This record gives sequence, C-alpha cells and structure tokens, in this order.
Amino acid sequence: MSTGITRPEEEEETESQAVGAARAAGESAYGQARMNETEIDAANEASQRRARRAVEDADHTVELKVFRYDPEVPEKEKPRFDSFTVPFAKGMTVLDALMWARDHYDSSLTFRHSCRQAVCGSDALFVDGKQRLGCKTQVADLADDGVPGEVRIEPLPHAEVVKDLVVDMEHFYDQMESVEPYFQDEDTPDGLNEQRQSRENREKIKMSTRCIWCGACMSSCNIAAGDNEYLGPAAINKAYRFAMDEREGEDLTEHRLNIIEQEHGVWRCQTQFSCTEVCPKDIPLTEHIQALKREAVKKNLKFW
Amino acid sequence: MSQSYDRGLVEDFGRWTEFSAGMWAWIFHKFTGWVLVGYLFTHIAVLSTAMAGPEVYTSTLQGLEALLVVRFLEVGLLAVAVFHILNGVRLLLVDLGIGLESQDRSFYASLILTGAIVVASVPTFLAGAL
Repeated sequence: MSTGITRPEEEEETESQAVGAARAAGESAYGQARMNETEIDAANEASQRRARRAVEDADHTVELKVFRYDPEVPEKEKPRFDSFTVPFAKGMTVLDALMWARDHYDSSLTFRHSCRQAVCGSDALFVDGKQRLGCKTQVADLADDGVPGEVRIEPLPHAEVVKDLVVDMEHFYDQMESVEPYFQDEDTPDGLNEQRQSRENREKIKMSTRCIWCGACMSSCNIAAGDNEYLGPAAINKAYRFAMDEREGEDLTEHRLNIIEQEHGVWRCQTQFSCTEVCPKDIPLTEHIQALKREAVKKNLKFW
Repeated sequence: MSQSYDRGLVEDFGRWTEFSAGMWAWIFHKFTGWVLVGYLFTHIAVLSTAMAGPEVYTSTLQGLEALLVVRFLEVGLLAVAVFHILNGVRLLLVDLGIGLESQDRSFYASLILTGAIVVASVPTFLAGAL
C-alpha cells in the first residue's frame, strides 16, 4: 500500500500547481488537463529532439510510410500515409522500426505486437506489398542491396481496419473455430494412459501444427476476399492437422471431412498459391488443401 | 471481410505488379479458358456453314483464310490453347499433390514451351498470306 500513501501527496502537489496555473489562465475546470497536456508536449518535444539526434547520428536511415486511420478522431478519419525517418541498425526488423517510430515520433501509432519472435502471430502486416510478420521481416531484406530507402507498411488487405495497422480479426477467428481446431478423441488404447502418435504420422502433420493464427494467408487469398463464407487457408490447414491425425477415430475424421467438403470449404480453393507464398511459418498450405480435396473425393467415391 | 472502405491500390488487381507465379497462372488459365469458350461458338458457326452445302463451306473457309487478321488470330488461338493444355497438366499435378514446391517453375516451363510452339507454328499459319 506504499503507493496508496504517496500518491495523494503527489496528487495534491500537482493539483495545487494546476490550480495556480488555471488561475493564471483565468480558468479552473480544465486546469488539471491543461497542466498534463503541457507536460506531455514537453516530453514529446524532448523525445523528438532525441529522435532528431539519433537520425542525424545514424549511418543509414529508413523512411517508413505507414498507413494511418482512426475513425474515432475526426481529423484522422480520412486514411493517409505518415512518414517516419528511423535510424537503421543491423538486425532491425520492421516491427523494431515501427516501435522506434511510435516511441519517438507519435505515441498514437497503433499496431499489434507481443512476443516479437514470430510465435504469437499478432503483427501480420502488409509490408511492401506482401503479407509478412513485422517481427520476422528484416528491414535489410526488403532491399536487394543494403538498406531500403523506403518501407511501406499497411494493415492486412481484405480486412476491416480498426485503427492504423490494426485490423478486425473476428471473422478470421470465426472461420478457425468453425473447423473445431482441437483434439476431440478421448479414448486411450488398452493399457496406456496416453494417445501415442507414430513418427510417420507426426511427420505428416508436422508443418500444419506450426500455424500461429496470424491471418496472413487469409488476407492474401483472393477467394477469401470475395467469399466471406470460405473457410480460408488457415482454417483448412487446421482441419488437415486433425483430420490427418491417426489418433482420432474414424467417425471423428469423417465429421471433420464433412465440415471441409461443404460448398465454402476446400472446393473454393483455386490453387493460386498466394497463401503458401506469404505464410511466415512456411506451411505448405496449398498442399494441405489439395490433400484434403483428395480425401473428400475418396470419401465420396464408391464403386459399388 | 471485403466490405472495408476503398484503400486505393492496396487491394486486388491494382497490385498486379506484385502477383506471384501461382496467381499469374490462375489469371492466364481463366483468361485462356474464356477465350476457348468464345472460340467454340465461332468454331460451331463456321462449321455450320457446311449445312448449306460443301461449296458454301469451302468458300467460307477460303474467304476467312484469305484475311491476314484471321491468320494472326489462328496463331493467337494456338497460343491460348497450348498454354491452357500445359497449365492444365500442371494443375492436374497440383491436384494430385505432385511437385507442389516447384509449381512456379512448372508455370514458367509451360509459358516457355507455349512460346516455343507458337513461334514454330508461325511459318505454317502465315504461309502464303504475307
């Protein structure tokens, strides 16, 4: 409770200062806010001075062109691109550059990120015309030689923008849930307390287990863009992961195939390979979708 | 998902310079497919002139072949048909799950092969017309 004791004192202090400032300004109601704003302004100026110095000192700088949009602020309702000059350091990722811009220029710059090591799947962005993970994309890799002059960063296409680089993932999650992406068989073989998987079967589904739900594939998919009901590459990949898992019983596998062979399931895929191109975890998505198509055909083909 | 406001050239076909091999293969396959469907109608129309008698059919064909533009269209038709066949074989392999990791190379191969066959056919198609 030490903070509880010290805080009132601090508040009193700032309050009395604020009252003084407010009296000087001939206003009392917004005194506190005004005080904080000037403080914020001063801090902003200081950080911008630091930014300028860092940019001047840097050997290379990168120009970030970042998509900005905020429907809640009238001045920012209209989508636009902001430019941020960021000092380049070896090993810098696109996410690092974005965070530097946010910390030094504009704290309202909004984007999702969490683990910063391509595991959480939060920061799928549209970088230089391709869906990539910000944290997995080296800035230096965006140019053929050395440091790129300009990097264009946009929110994922074919998704509703919530703010700046943040898109609404709800639809993507709905599609993922619809294939029941969890192990369902609870039977264990005789004499065992666990469900063991053969090495061969593990190899078969290995790549499909790598999905981090970033939504890059869904955003790149031309079909998913035009058909909201299409399950999308990520969900079908999840379906593959469980349908191909031998530990689940036959009736469960059939149930899974029933889901993916619907009108808006695997058959919407037109093998454009866009998803496979952009997947940051290198999952052969098209291959998995094609394999499920074959399973669906095999299930329905009867010669008797 | 696609009901987002217009983000200019971020979306869809405005990005054509960034399309990869698989996407181009799909676009060309659709395009050539529709061209072949369209050709089917003219093909039937021309063949149907035979119902008016062998002379009408012969004179129709001779009249068409005398036009230089028809000769060039025939070269184009061959290009379209050959690409559609070769990419169709490629898609068959994709459907069977064979060689998906080299799907881009098989697309380029079908493009190059189409070009070679079309170039080789030019003397035959344009013989006597130029």
